[in-house]
Amino acid sequence: MATGAVGAVGVAAAVWPLIDQMNPDQSVLALSTAEFNIAPITEGQTVTVKWRGLPVFIRHRTPKEIQEAKAVPLSELKDPATDEQRTKAGHEQWLIMIANCTHLGCIPLGQSGDYDGWFCPCHGSQYDSAGRIRKGPAPKNLVLPPYKFLSDTMVQIG
Amino acid sequence: MAEHSTSYNPGTGVEKWLDERLPIIRFSKEHLMDFPTPKNLNYWWTFGAILTVMLAVQIVTGVVLAMHYAPNVALAFNSVEAIRRDVNGGRILQAVHSVGASMFFFAIYVHMFRGLYFGSYKAPREILWMLGCLIFLLLTATAFMGYVLPWGQMSFWGATVITNIFSAIPIVGDGIMQWLRGGFAVDNATLNRFFSLHYLLPFIIAAVVVLHTWALHVPGNNNPIGVEVKSSRDTVPFHPYYTMKDLYGVVLFLIPFAWFVFFAPDILGDASNYIMANSQVTPTHIVPEWYLRPFYAMLRAIDFNVLFIDSKLGGVIVMGGSLLVLFFLPWLDRSKVRSGTFRPMFKWFYWLFVLNFIGLTYLGAAPAEGIYVIIAKLCTLYYFLYFLVILPVLSRIETPRPLPASISESVLGAAH
Ligand code: HEM
Ligand code: FES
Repeated sequence: MATGAVGAVGVAAAVWPLIDQMNPDQSVLALSTAEFNIAPITEGQTVTVKWRGLPVFIRHRTPKEIQEAKAVPLSELKDPATDEQRTKAGHEQWLIMIANCTHLGCIPLGQSGDYDGWFCPCHGSQYDSAGRIRKGPAPKNLVLPPYKFLSDTMVQIG
Repeated sequence: MAEHSTSYNPGTGVEKWLDERLPIIRFSKEHLMDFPTPKNLNYWWTFGAILTVMLAVQIVTGVVLAMHYAPNVALAFNSVEAIRRDVNGGRILQAVHSVGASMFFFAIYVHMFRGLYFGSYKAPREILWMLGCLIFLLLTATAFMGYVLPWGQMSFWGATVITNIFSAIPIVGDGIMQWLRGGFAVDNATLNRFFSLHYLLPFIIAAVVVLHTWALHVPGNNNPIGVEVKSSRDTVPFHPYYTMKDLYGVVLFLIPFAWFVFFAPDILGDASNYIMANSQVTPTHIVPEWYLRPFYAMLRAIDFNVLFIDSKLGGVIVMGGSLLVLFFLPWLDRSKVRSGTFRPMFKWFYWLFVLNFIGLTYLGAAPAEGIYVIIAKLCTLYYFLYFLVILPVLSRIETPRPLPASISESVLGAAH
């Protein structure tokens, strides 16, 4: 019994590195923050940047889009969140979110679909102008990365 | 089959010496030549041999491709192009491998549907059937990872979508996904490990094939009437009767295979995979290769939440379940009669199941909108109903037609 138990611990200790080596390595983890200058992004334009290997949308929203997003009652949402929760106070025109569809990770097409937001061509999920899921198989709103505004024109993601 | 003990008599001194140490000739003679095989097997039974040939073809061409392939995001796409353009004979070798994957799946589907119709999964062949299901799972994983290697747009987005499936698992899902990818997104680490595993898995498949054959040689073959072998009059030795028949089947199979390789090597593939992977742009229409589409269609069909299970997890459960249910089949279909030929009601549901599966293959590539979504739901429903409701119920209510007394009687007519 005791021999078996010690043996099992030994095997587990030997197997763990074999499993752990598959996890993201140090160089991948090291890329966790990135700064972007958003001054050149004009109203109505979206820029896709790369953060930790993932594509991130930085959208400069139009007043119409902001209005529409604010007007939606929470009861209509599958994953309820207010427009205020989706943006940073004082920077409502900026919508910054990871560009992978929360269904299976495709990149939705901008300014299409029925909600003036995004349409995912893979399985038909639709997001509104605040990136909230409105229709289709995706379960969640487009994910917000951790970010902060360093100034009005510089944003740090991560 | 004790009554067919092998008649191996080592002729020379060397053979005798070997036989006492490693009786490999005796073993081969017993299992590859003298093995008593039902004399009524039809051409559906040649697909086992065809599959063995296909595995060998994939391994041989694969090892050769690996001599020229570079598993690195910067080089992979161009290295496959170089194989197709520069390497001597590479155009054919690469085509044999990529078309070969399709032919392999075609053969394995025929082989499995053969088993479904003739009740080959029933006692005493449950383990044989389950090992077959395991081979199918491994083959699916192998082909998926192989498809990622050329690092085209479909490779990349296929890998993204499929690894994302794991993130549906509550709590640990994201961790598992990142562990599989070796990063937050599909990238070089993913490509490298997929190459390593794509190289490994076919050899694991080969090992499971050995077990599969072992499990076949204990009870012996099932046959088209599903009545067990009763006497040596019901069988013929495997060689030369079935070696020749199988060889003929293999040759016929190689004709369309060669046609694809020589004249239309890309027709089964997707054009977007000739665009190099780009993590910033998704192709407008993501479709897996045809052989994975039925399962992909079922994954997509679930776009609604059920209680606390959201649509994403639901789709994953359904897709996983569609494969898992196969393992339980021997205990779902309790009918004593094996062969569908003698089951008047089963037949209808069986052929509907085949049509349904072809329908799912089609739907897996259709746009996920409008009428297609509804049909996909219905087809998914029938897939599960067939296994979980129809087969168990049929085995209680159906009256089978009378079975022939033996294989010989079915072949030669009853003795008068
Ligand atoms: C079970 C058997 C196998 C299956 C079903 C399979 C399937 C595939 C598929 C679908 C591709 C993508 C081809 C394309 O779309 O261009 C591929 C590529 C590749 N496979 Fe395999 N494979 C198998 C065995 C092997 C083995 C044993 C090796 C190596 C030892 C190997 C090495 C490669 C290499 C280097 C590539 C990249 C070159 C290319 O894309 O043609 N494969 N495989
Ligand atoms: S990945 Fe976007 S809908 Fe499936």
